[in-house]
Amino acid sequence: GDRLNGFENGKTQLLCLCVRLQVVLKIIKHYQEEGQGSEVVQGVLLGLVVEDRLEITNCFPFPQHTEDDVDFDEVQYQMEMMRSLRHVNIDHLHVGWYQSTYYGSFVSRALLDSQFSYQHAIEESVVLIYDPIKTAQGSLCLKAYRLTPKLMEICKEKDFSPEALKKACIGYEHMLEEVPIVIKNSHLINVLLLDLQEKSTVADKHELLNLSSSNHLEKSLQLLMDRVDGMSQEIVKYNTYCRNLTKQQQQKQQYLQRRQQENTQRQSRGEPPLPEEDINKMFKPPQAPPRMDTLLIAGQVNNYCQNIKAFTSQNLGKLFMAEALQGHSS
Amino acid sequence: MSVHKQVARTKIQNNSLNSSARSPAPNLPIGRASSKISDWLIRVVAVTDTRPPTSARGQQHESHGDLRSLSSSLFIIILHFLYEIMAVHGPVVKIHPVVLASIVDSYERRNEGASRVIGTLLGTTDKHSVEVTNCFSVPHNESEDEVAVDMEFAKNMYELHKKVSPSEVIIGWYATGYDITEHSVLIHEYYSREAPNPIHLTVDTALQSNKMNIRAYVSSQMGVPGKTVGVMFTPLTVKYIYYDTERIGVDLLHRTRASPSRTNGLTTDLAQVASAAGRVQEMLSTVLSYIEDVLSGKVMADNSVGRFLMDLVNKVPKITAEDFESMLNSNINDLLMVTYLANLTQAQIALNEKLVVL
Repeated sequence: GDRLNGFENGKTQLLCLCVRLQVVLKIIKHYQEEGQGSEVVQGVLLGLVVEDRLEITNCFPFPQHTEDDVDFDEVQYQMEMMRSLRHVNIDHLHVGWYQSTYYGSFVSRALLDSQFSYQHAIEESVVLIYDPIKTAQGSLCLKAYRLTPKLMEICKEKDFSPEALKKACIGYEHMLEEVPIVIKNSHLINVLLLDLQEKSTVADKHELLNLSSSNHLEKSLQLLMDRVDGMSQEIVKYNTYCRNLTKQQQQKQQYLQRRQQENTQRQSRGEPPLPEEDINKMFKPPQAPPRMDTLLIAGQVNNYCQNIKAFTSQNLGKLFMAEALQGHSS
Repeated sequence: MSVHKQVARTKIQNNSLNSSARSPAPNLPIGRASSKISDWLIRVVAVTDTRPPTSARGQQHESHGDLRSLSSSLFIIILHFLYEIMAVHGPVVKIHPVVLASIVDSYERRNEGASRVIGTLLGTTDKHSVEVTNCFSVPHNESEDEVAVDMEFAKNMYELHKKVSPSEVIIGWYATGYDITEHSVLIHEYYSREAPNPIHLTVDTALQSNKMNIRAYVSSQMGVPGKTVGVMFTPLTVKYIYYDTERIGVDLLHRTRASPSRTNGLTTDLAQVASAAGRVQEMLSTVLSYIEDVLSGKVMADNSVGRFLMDLVNKVPKITAEDFESMLNSNINDLLMVTYLANLTQAQIALNEKLVVL
């Protein structure tokens, strides 16, 4: 990616993100046409950085990873696309990427790795998460995230052991930070919107006020349960590790004590003391389980909970509205 | 076949001093209004054409010239007029808003000195309709007497796009601007090599008539066979089509369009329900004021509106109070329980985290 002038490393504070209408529409269209079910669709965002805002002016989609296209070169596709877009004066600076998500499950290792490589190359890049199911329920759901500087440090070190994480004091809440999105349009686009509004004959869909909620709740809760199961497995793993560690420490102590006793005995008998053996080789410390997965799962569970809470609060509001309607008519 | 072709053909027939200045070929499926207009036009042309064949050659040429200019100007007037009033036979063009947004964006980014932008349209075709779902702009140079379009680029971009969505094909091209120029004919010819019967879309970004006119055309041959053959652009009906999610995205932008800095934020969840409730309230108050007017006699009562009102009132389901209470309570309990569980889970993972750090 290109380096943008005027920014010092690590000191940028991105206040907000300006997205243009056609980026939003393109992302929606890409998912609608190419994404089926729980497959994610991905693409690249193009734009430029203006003072403290990141403006996203265009985007193009990535083709799906098909099985029969083994020799498909992603990098080449990207390069060609950017070159062509440069010809027609479209901003060709990579500023991030977008991905669709299934019921809000996007906090994963793959996302972390991709976002880390992007952010490593370009300081200000973001990942736009588009939730098509929530959008179909009534309101556009588009969120932008970046990795916090702390998480960037850890990923750079590639050290995911518990000690390192403890040192960095990183919790699941500090992994991803959300950047507020603002949709900005030119005047000509506003004219277009006015025109469309006049001419479109499709009736307004009032999906937002739909009362049925059980299907969505069920799905979300199921995903939440899976993750919590995964979480408990990780916890069990960690607990066994801790127990093994303490047991080993105890064994080490006992061995040392015995050694000492023997040595004192030998000395009293006048024999040379036993050679000092390498304690560490005898008692190899157990492998510390990597904590990154736990952190990711915790972050994902947190995300699910947030989404569920938002959904239930919306539904409570709608139920109260329905009650009001009944009250008037009865 | 459209009425324009039929009119043009009869005019040419008349101009070639054919004696049959009578009704046109009767088998064309034309609408009633259009047939009336064409009859009138043919009569006009026939009347002005009857001059004694023995007059001097020069005079004949002059009257021919007058006639031709008269007919061509009449022709153009009628073309614009007919576009507004009748559905033309031909495929219906359905456009997604993403295409229009891209066209406007590429117009805003055009090179210095270029007055218009052209590009390729991608989409799918059907028996009766053409759906335009994607587009990309193509660099081109246009001057008074020549036009150069970068065809390699167009081919390349099409290949790249095909990798992502293999079902989209080239179905035509677009140009910004109000009129169709001679250069358009050349470009259209190129595109007819790429796609059968390409569509030409014009988007008036210069806002000549205070509106962004979006029109679609298909080209057809015209002329006398054997002699000079010309190309005519016949207009097609344009419809806007949305996916549901697209509709929701565009609606969001409509609603928050009035902000002076042209920016909108995406609102939080409960606020959205509140604003939706506000909109329903507005609509209800409009309906109520109409009813008041009718009751007080200011406005005439309309039966169809009355029927809609009946439907509206009947839509609120009639449930006995206890049943409704129990339903409402069970639903609310479900939601509250889920909220409680979600909060519990969040507390649990927070605790877990702190325990690890200890």
